[in-house]
Amino acid sequence: MNSAPLLPAGLPGVDPAWSRTVVVADATGAKHTWHLLDNGVRDPVGTLLCVHGNPTWSYLWRRLVAAAPPGWRVVAPDQLGMGFSDRLPEPRALAQRIDDLGDLTAALGITGPVVTVGHDWGGVVSLGWALAHRDQLRGVVLANTAVAMPEGDLGPALIRLAHAPGVRAAVTVGTPVFVRVTTALSRPPLPAAVRNAFAAPYAGRDRRRAVGDFVADIPFRRDHPSRVRQEAVAEGIRSLDVPALLLWGPRDPVFGQRYLDDLRQRMPHAALHRYEGASHLLPEDAPQYARAVAQWVTDLDATPPAPALAGDTAERPWAALAARADDESPAVVEVGGGTVSWAQLHRRVEDLAAGLRAAGLRPGARVGLLVEPSADLTAAVYAVWRAGGVIVVVDRGLGLPGMRRALRGASLDAVIGSAQGLAAARAMGLPGPRFAAGPLPAPARRALGVAHDLAELEALGRAAGPAPDVSADGDDRAVLFTSGATGPAKGVVYTQAQVAAQLAQVRAAYGLTAADRFVAAFAPFAVLGPGLGVASSVPDVDVTAPGTLTAAGLAYAVRAVDATVVFAAPAALRRVAATAGGLTAEQRTALAGVRLLMSAGAPVPAALLRRLREVLPAAEMHTPYGMTEALPVTDVSLEEIEAAGAGDGVCVGRPLPGVAVRISPLSPTGTADAPLTAEPGVTGEVCVRGAHVKDRYDALWATERAASRDPGWHRTGDVGHLDLAGRLWVEGRLPHVVPTAAGVVTPVGVEQRVEQLDGVAAAAVVGVGPAGTQAVVVVVVPDRPGRRRSLAPAAPALADAVRAAAGTEVAAVLVTDRLPVDVRHQSKVDRTAVARRAARLLAGSRTPARHR
Amino acid sequence: MRVLVTGASGMLGRVTAQALLARGDEVTVLQRRPAGLPCREVLGDVADPGAVRRAVTGQDAILHLAAKVDVVGPWPEYARANVVGTRTVLGACRAAGVPRLVHVSSPSVAHAGAALTGVGAEPADPATARGNYARSKALAERLALAADSASLAVLAVRPHLVWGPGDTQLVQRIVTRARSGRLPVLGTGAALIDTTYVDNAAAALVAAVDSEAHGEPLVVSNGQPRPVAEVLARLCAAAGVPGPRRHLPFPVAWAAGAVVEGVWTATGRRSTPPLTRFLAEQLATAHWFDQRRTREALRWRPEVPLEEGFARLAAWYAAR
Repeated sequence: MNSAPLLPAGLPGVDPAWSRTVVVADATGAKHTWHLLDNGVRDPVGTLLCVHGNPTWSYLWRRLVAAAPPGWRVVAPDQLGMGFSDRLPEPRALAQRIDDLGDLTAALGITGPVVTVGHDWGGVVSLGWALAHRDQLRGVVLANTAVAMPEGDLGPALIRLAHAPGVRAAVTVGTPVFVRVTTALSRPPLPAAVRNAFAAPYAGRDRRRAVGDFVADIPFRRDHPSRVRQEAVAEGIRSLDVPALLLWGPRDPVFGQRYLDDLRQRMPHAALHRYEGASHLLPEDAPQYARAVAQWVTDLDATPPAPALAGDTAERPWAALAARADDESPAVVEVGGGTVSWAQLHRRVEDLAAGLRAAGLRPGARVGLLVEPSADLTAAVYAVWRAGGVIVVVDRGLGLPGMRRALRGASLDAVIGSAQGLAAARAMGLPGPRFAAGPLPAPARRALGVAHDLAELEALGRAAGPAPDVSADGDDRAVLFTSGATGPAKGVVYTQAQVAAQLAQVRAAYGLTAADRFVAAFAPFAVLGPGLGVASSVPDVDVTAPGTLTAAGLAYAVRAVDATVVFAAPAALRRVAATAGGLTAEQRTALAGVRLLMSAGAPVPAALLRRLREVLPAAEMHTPYGMTEALPVTDVSLEEIEAAGAGDGVCVGRPLPGVAVRISPLSPTGTADAPLTAEPGVTGEVCVRGAHVKDRYDALWATERAASRDPGWHRTGDVGHLDLAGRLWVEGRLPHVVPTAAGVVTPVGVEQRVEQLDGVAAAAVVGVGPAGTQAVVVVVVPDRPGRRRSLAPAAPALADAVRAAAGTEVAAVLVTDRLPVDVRHQSKVDRTAVARRAARLLAGSRTPARHR
Repeated sequence: MRVLVTGASGMLGRVTAQALLARGDEVTVLQRRPAGLPCREVLGDVADPGAVRRAVTGQDAILHLAAKVDVVGPWPEYARANVVGTRTVLGACRAAGVPRLVHVSSPSVAHAGAALTGVGAEPADPATARGNYARSKALAERLALAADSASLAVLAVRPHLVWGPGDTQLVQRIVTRARSGRLPVLGTGAALIDTTYVDNAAAALVAAVDSEAHGEPLVVSNGQPRPVAEVLARLCAAAGVPGPRRHLPFPVAWAAGAVVEGVWTATGRRSTPPLTRFLAEQLATAHWFDQRRTREALRWRPEVPLEEGFARLAAWYAAR
């Protein structure tokens, strides 16, 4: 092995010591000089064999070489004719390239265990090697690649264009266009120095020959000489029983979602991480991939996690419905709409489930629900479950682009939608058959591609007979998307046992029995009723505008079912409190029968709960704390809030029975990596354990790995502490803590103290400067704001008052008329955005560039 | 302990010498004019080898503060006071076998004009330093740190914007301008700047004499950055003069600074000009610092918070 003088100096991210050459004879005896990057670990635990595609080179893998797991050798060759390896007189076919790689690993003395890593057409070559070296194979990693043309696919359009004979020669060889365009696909755009590094080995026409030959070797036609080997690889990997990891950039214009679906279908056991926003050059667009691969490889030999539940001991989520199959009393009352009895709902769910199965829905199929909260939505949820399917739910508050990103990555098998929902499904290009929630006119059905509406499915189901119960505890039942307040929305997967545990948790937390009836003052809660076995009523308000519910409207809904419980969201409760004056004596009597008010979705100010006592005089006021990944975690009553008094953060009460809360203490730079503790007064990341906590994040292997790195615990991303009484106080979000030189400052406590000041409507506490020595900045919104979104320094008197109240060193006090908030709750302040703007303002003016 | 303080006629030198005296050190001071301190005094120029040798010989440690700090002036004057002066002190230390030198520098030696937000003490760079003062101090710091050796432990300390009662530099200039209505706020006035109350800076220098740290620069500040407009307003309030009311857009100020510099240079004027580009940048871009290494190396913390410093300054003005 020789060191290579041919690698240009100064390529960003490459240690020249990694660069080697080795001369290897191929099957014909011809000798070729290979160039490779090799971290040179001797007697390695294992080897990562990284194979680039076309027209990149081993430079693509530099971050993985740098991030090698302890004891692992990382070898990234330049394929023959490519990078800084020898140029070839002839095109090299796929079969030969696979053999070449085997010759190389033999020459390098690689004996295994080996994890192959492949990108683009390097994926096929790496898998070819993997199939030929099963005795050495420990795992496979693939990124934005394809092993086959999925059925009916005409080949990636861009490659096909480059494939047309005249075009290919001109684009791939005659000019550096193909080489340049490939690196131009990167999102976010690559720095010029990196793009130049990718182009470095392909400077002249003769240096680019193999780039064109490689494209020509893609077997689009059935009679292509490489077709046989490609199909052998594509079929062969179905039998691979080693762990597999798929890393995917969803914005790839060449290898789209269907290629990912094809790979997953061939390797159903593969772990997957979709890097939202990344494109084809995944190792460039998502540099964090290197750490993920290193973690995954390290985990290969760690103790395997406990096997997934295989039993079916948990209650079915539709059990309460089945138990009341003969009950003619109301199950769901829509005020101003219809009433459905338990018997009717049970019948409908059974028929719909059988109909869905008859229409081809497989057990485990994922069904996107694009239906507004309604009796139809409730029936659809339980029917999909009963049919063995998985509901996929996304908040409309994400907007069409956010919903599209979420749902297109969720591998849907079918969509149930209202007319509006199905139109959105078409706009989003979602896959799978469409079922309409209500009857539609024929032209709309055709336009929206509707296979059946719900009534037709019910008829189908009645004809087909009951669907068999195929469910088990460990089966996926739901994918719920987070609000995306801190980055792209994440899909959260619940198994059947976890859905059942969540229903049981809510039932136990609020002492709900079949004798209760509740009002879903926030319409989506109505879906819970049949699962809880509790009759519900939905007030007559626009479901998209919960803030329009009045006290009288609530009273009407309470009377409709003689409700004992009210489930609400804070937005709905504000107007209820404000309109309490108009209640009649009769309405007040009805409301006096309510024993419990539960308000969820966002923190509820104690003052609002106090005002609601006038409306619901007999009700205990409760508010749970939780998140999409675990709900509920704790619960607190108004009395408990008042007993707790003021403190650092929001008191959310004690963990519910069966739920454990621990804290992962913060480091001086604001990370949370320390072992979990229950010690009072220690601030850190809130970690939760319970039977109802999510199973995993969907298609986000690395995120899931990080969130569950303490086995059995879910890291919430919230920061807080436990007090001596065992109560949890939430102090903010982990990315929002301010690591100052004097210690980590959490935002919520400071914000609460500043918000007590006269003239202050809201406050956001953020940090500027490097972690570990940040300066605290308080941004306040005055009581009578104007319309200014920009930030400005506060007047001295306000700055003095804020500093006096803050209880921590404050570098700057700024004012604005509006803080950026999340789309879903309109209440979570995007402190990261505030920090960015504050940092810009507080950096001051920029010196005129030409004089710097 | 026998300690020489050079440049004790300035505010920081005087307060530091007093602090050393207060703890019982045997203090010598070296400057051109009598400083009026109750200690041994050598009068002379810091670039004069004879005077420096007399002052340095027999000391346990040297605190080298003497420098030309004016805003404008011809380069040879800065070079003589700051570069030649430092070289002379270093030579005398070596000749006399003094084991410890604390070289007092300035954060401006590493400031190329862009905003500094929470940075540490970057290396001094005469090529990018802005203006004659910063450039000469950068050269001087490089000389001093290059002289760090087994026999002479050299530490560079960079106090940032020192202010306090009796300050003839920063505070008095601001107050004079504010009184005559010539103190504008540049840009938004929001740029965060670190400052140092004089007693804290003096305590840091005393700690530096005792410290074992050497061969590195350390920035010293109160560790309490504030928007520049707020600093100006509070200094003015302490002095009982109206704060800045006019706002001047930064590009205008910068251009004006360039014009003023040109006029002053062309006409050879020696008075302090109303505005320079360096000053415009200092007043309009953030410069605040990571104090963690400094506090660890010096085992020192600022005892006087900004608020207390402003109160003491106000009391001093009220008593005048």
